[in-house]
Amino acid sequence: MSSLILVTLTGIGLGALYFLVASGLSLIYGLMHVLNFAHGAFLTFGAFIGWEVARRLDSESWWVFALSILVGGVVGAAVASLTELALIRPLYDRHIEQVLVTVGLALAAVALFEGIWGADPIYIAGPAWLKQTTDVFGASIPNTYWVLMGAATALLVSLVFFLRYTRYGIIIRAGVENRPMVTALGIDVRRAFTVVFAIGGSAAGVGGVLAAHYTGYVSPHLGSTLLIFAFIVTVIGGVGSLTGAAVASVLVAVLQQFANYYLNGTGDFIVVILLAAVLLVRPAGLIGRRA
Amino acid sequence: MSDGTTDGSILTVQNLSASINGQQVVEDVSLSVPATGITAVLGRNGVGKTSTLRAILGLISRSGEIRLAGERIDGLRTHRIVQSGVGYVPEDREVFARLTVAENLALAERQREPARELVNELFPDLVQRRNQMAGTLSGGQQQMLSVARALINDNRILLVDEPTKGLAPKIVADVTIALRRAAEKVPILLVEQNLEVVRQLAGDAIVISGGRVVHTGRAVEFLDDEALIKRLLGVYAEAPAGNGSEESA
Amino acid sequence: MTEASHGSGRSTLRRAAPLVAGGACVALLATLPLLNIRVPGILPTATYQPGTLALLSLAMIFAGLALSYNMLLGTAGMLSFGHALYFGAGAYGLGIVLENLSVPLWPGILIALVGGLVIALVTGAVSIRVTGIPFAMVTLAFAQGGSVLVRRNAAVTGGDEGLSLNTDHVPDFFLGVINTRNMYWLTLAILVFVYLVALWIDRSRLGHLSRASRENDLRLQVLGLRPAYAKLITFAAAGLCASLMGVVYVLLQSGTTPTAVSADLTITILVMVVLGGVGFRWGAIVGGVLYTLLDQRLTVLAGSDVIASLPDVLRVPLSQPLFILGVLFILVVMFLPGGIAGTVDAWWRRRRGRARATSLRALDAESAGAPDIAQEARP
Repeated sequence: MSSLILVTLTGIGLGALYFLVASGLSLIYGLMHVLNFAHGAFLTFGAFIGWEVARRLDSESWWVFALSILVGGVVGAAVASLTELALIRPLYDRHIEQVLVTVGLALAAVALFEGIWGADPIYIAGPAWLKQTTDVFGASIPNTYWVLMGAATALLVSLVFFLRYTRYGIIIRAGVENRPMVTALGIDVRRAFTVVFAIGGSAAGVGGVLAAHYTGYVSPHLGSTLLIFAFIVTVIGGVGSLTGAAVASVLVAVLQQFANYYLNGTGDFIVVILLAAVLLVRPAGLIGRRA
Repeated sequence: MSDGTTDGSILTVQNLSASINGQQVVEDVSLSVPATGITAVLGRNGVGKTSTLRAILGLISRSGEIRLAGERIDGLRTHRIVQSGVGYVPEDREVFARLTVAENLALAERQREPARELVNELFPDLVQRRNQMAGTLSGGQQQMLSVARALINDNRILLVDEPTKGLAPKIVADVTIALRRAAEKVPILLVEQNLEVVRQLAGDAIVISGGRVVHTGRAVEFLDDEALIKRLLGVYAEAPAGNGSEESA
Repeated sequence: MTEASHGSGRSTLRRAAPLVAGGACVALLATLPLLNIRVPGILPTATYQPGTLALLSLAMIFAGLALSYNMLLGTAGMLSFGHALYFGAGAYGLGIVLENLSVPLWPGILIALVGGLVIALVTGAVSIRVTGIPFAMVTLAFAQGGSVLVRRNAAVTGGDEGLSLNTDHVPDFFLGVINTRNMYWLTLAILVFVYLVALWIDRSRLGHLSRASRENDLRLQVLGLRPAYAKLITFAAAGLCASLMGVVYVLLQSGTTPTAVSADLTITILVMVVLGGVGFRWGAIVGGVLYTLLDQRLTVLAGSDVIASLPDVLRVPLSQPLFILGVLFILVVMFLPGGIAGTVDAWWRRRRGRARATSLRALDAESAGAPDIAQEARP
C-alpha cells in the first residue's frame, strides 16, 4: 500500500515538473504553431542562473531559495522574449524554419553552457528540508515533490486567471482557436507571441531551478532530457489546451513511475509507446480538440 | 471626419490578383465601392468572391492597389488595414467558440468608446446571452454576433461575406434588417448569393466570374435582366432564394 | 543538321553533363588514396595516409546519411526527428550480430540490413498515418524508444559505454590502420550506391508520387493512386540507406556508442541537410562532408593557441564547435534557407531567368494548407 502511495505521489510530483515545462510549450505551439526546441535551453539557463545567485548567498536559506526561483523565472522570460523577437518574429508564418531555428538555438545554447560551466553535472545545495522526506501513510515522500506540486498549482492558477481575465489572455485563447480571424479583428498577434514566449520561458526557468533541486544537480543537459517529456505531454494533452497539458502531465508521469517501479524500469519506454499510440488513434491529443 | 474620397468611393481596388498555395484565385479585379449604401458582389460558387474580400484584407497573398478613402492600404499588414476602419464579417461567421459572447465582442473593440448602444439595440438576443459560450449559439445567433463584432467600432467600410448562408428565412430577414440599419452608418461591400436579399439591400452590383469582374451596374437593373442573370450566374439563380432552398448550387 | 537534332543534341549534352561530372568526381575520389595531396588546415595529413583517409571516410558516411535523410525531407517533405534510429540499427545490428553469432562478415551485414529495413518498415507504417509536426513527434518518440532500449540493455549493447566490434570474422582486408584505404574505397562505393538510390527515388514515378502527395493526398487517392504506399517505400529506402551507412560506420570506427541512436545525431543530420540545401542531392553530400570537416577543424581550432589567447567572452563560445555550428545553422535558416546548394541553384537559375521556391519555403506553404494537430484546415 505504501509503495502504491509512493509511486502515485511521486508521479504527481514529477507530473508537476512536466507541467511547468509543458504548459509554455503547449501555449506556444497552440498559438504560433512553433515546436520550440529551445525550450529546454530556457530551462537550463534559468537553472544555472538561479544556482549562481543562490550559491553566492546562503543557499540553505528559504529566502535565497525563493529568490533563486524568482531569478530563474525572470531570466527565463527574458531569454525567451529575446529569442522570439530576434529569431522567431522575423520568420513570421514560416513555421518549419521557425522550428529549425529553435533547433539551432538549442544546439548552440547547450554548447555555450558547456563552455561556461563545463559538461559535468554540478551538485547543488539547498534548504535542508528539501533533502528530507515526509511520511504519508507509510510512504516516505521526498520533500522536493511538495515544492514541485505547489509551484505547478500556483502556475496553473495564475495562467487560468491570466487567460480568462486579461486582454492578452483573451487574445491568446482566441488566437489558439483561429489566428487569422484575430488579425482580421485588427489585433496585432505578434505581440501576443512575445507574451506567450515570455510566459513559457518564465515557467521553464522556474521549472529549471526546481528540476535542479529535484535531481540534485545542474548540468547543460538538464533541459534536453526534460524537453522530450514535455513534448510528449504537450502532444498527448492536446496543443493549446492548458487543462490538457495539466492532465497529461500527471497521467504521463504517474504511468512512468508505475512502469519504472512495477515493470522493471521501463517507464521511459512505456511513455514513448503511449505517445505513438495516442498520436495514431487521436492526432489531436487525448484532451485537445479533434483534428 | 474628412472623407478624402475623390469620386465618392470609399474603397477602390485596382488590378487585384491573389493566389492561395500557388493557385490563382483572383485575377485582375478592379472595383470601387461608393461611400454610402450597400454594394453587392455576385457570382457563382468558387469564382473568387470570398477570396476577393480576403485579398483586400491581406489574409491571402495578393498584389494590386487598394485605397481606402484615397489612401493606399495594400502595403499594410492585415491588422493595420482593419485598424484603418475596415470591418469584416467572414463567411461561416468564425466566432470564437470557446469565448463567451461578451468576450468575442470585447476582443473586437478598438475604440475608447465602442458603439455598444447600437449593438445592444440591434441584437437584444446577444445582450441576454452575454455569458454564453459562442460555440453553443445557433447559426443565426452566431451570425448576429459576427455582424455585431464589425459594428462595435466606427468602421469606414464593412466587408460582409454571405451573411445569410445556411440560415432559416426568419433569420435571413433579421440579418437583412440588421444590415440595412448598419448601412445607414457605414458603407458595405456585400458578397451574397441570395438574390432576394440583394434586391432588398443593394444599390450597386458587381458580378465576378472566373476571378474577374464581368459586370458592374445598378443592382435592381441587373436583377431584372433575367437573361443576364442566367448567363452570368447560372441556373441556380432561377429560384429566388427565400423560400427555403438556401443551399446554393 | 536540322533544328530538331541541334536542339536534342544540346539537351542530351545538358543531361549528360551532370553524369559526366559525377563520374569524374568519383574517379578522382577513388584515386585520392594513391595521391600525395596536402590541404593544410583542412586535411590532417596527406591524402595517401590513414589519418586523412579515415576522416574522408567518416565524411562520406555522413554524406550518405544526409543523402538518405534528404530522401525524406527534400523529396517527400517528411520532417523526421528519428532518423538516427535506422543508422543505429545498422551499426548496433552488425555489432551485435558479429558479437553473438559466428557468421562471416557479409552475412552479418545482410542480417543487420534486414533488421534495419524491418524496423524502418514497421515504424514507417505507423508514422506515416500522420503528417507534419505529429509525424515529427512520432518519429522522435520511436528514436527515443530505440535510444532507451540501447542504453538499458547493456548486456547486449554495451550500454552507455558503447559496443566495440568483434573482429573475429571480419576479413583482414578491412582491419588495421594500414588498410584504412580499403575502408575508404568501400565507403566510397557505398556512397555511390546510396546516391543512385536517391537518384532513382527522385526521378522515378515513386518520387513524383511522393512529391505530389506533399500537395494533396486526397486528390491522389481520388485518382486511384496510393500516396501512402509511395511514402512508405521512400521511408523504408531512406531507413535502409541509413542502416547501410551505420554498418560502414561500425566497421570504420571498430565500434559504436549510443550517440548513434540519439536525437542529437538526428539533429546533426538535419543540420547537415539544411546547410547543404534541402531537396538537392549534391547539397546533402556537401552538407555531410562540410559538417564533418568543420566539426573536426573546429575542434582542433578550439584547442588552439589562437583561441586560448582570446578574452573569455569570445574564447568560451568559440571553443565550442557545436556553438559555432548552431549559430551558423541559425544564420543559414534565417538568411539562406536554400542552404549552399539552394543558393547556388537560385543564382544559377536567376542567370537563366527562372525562379524557384526553396524547398524549405515550399514546406512552409504546404504545412500552412495541411490539417494540423487540433486545427481544422484554414483556407
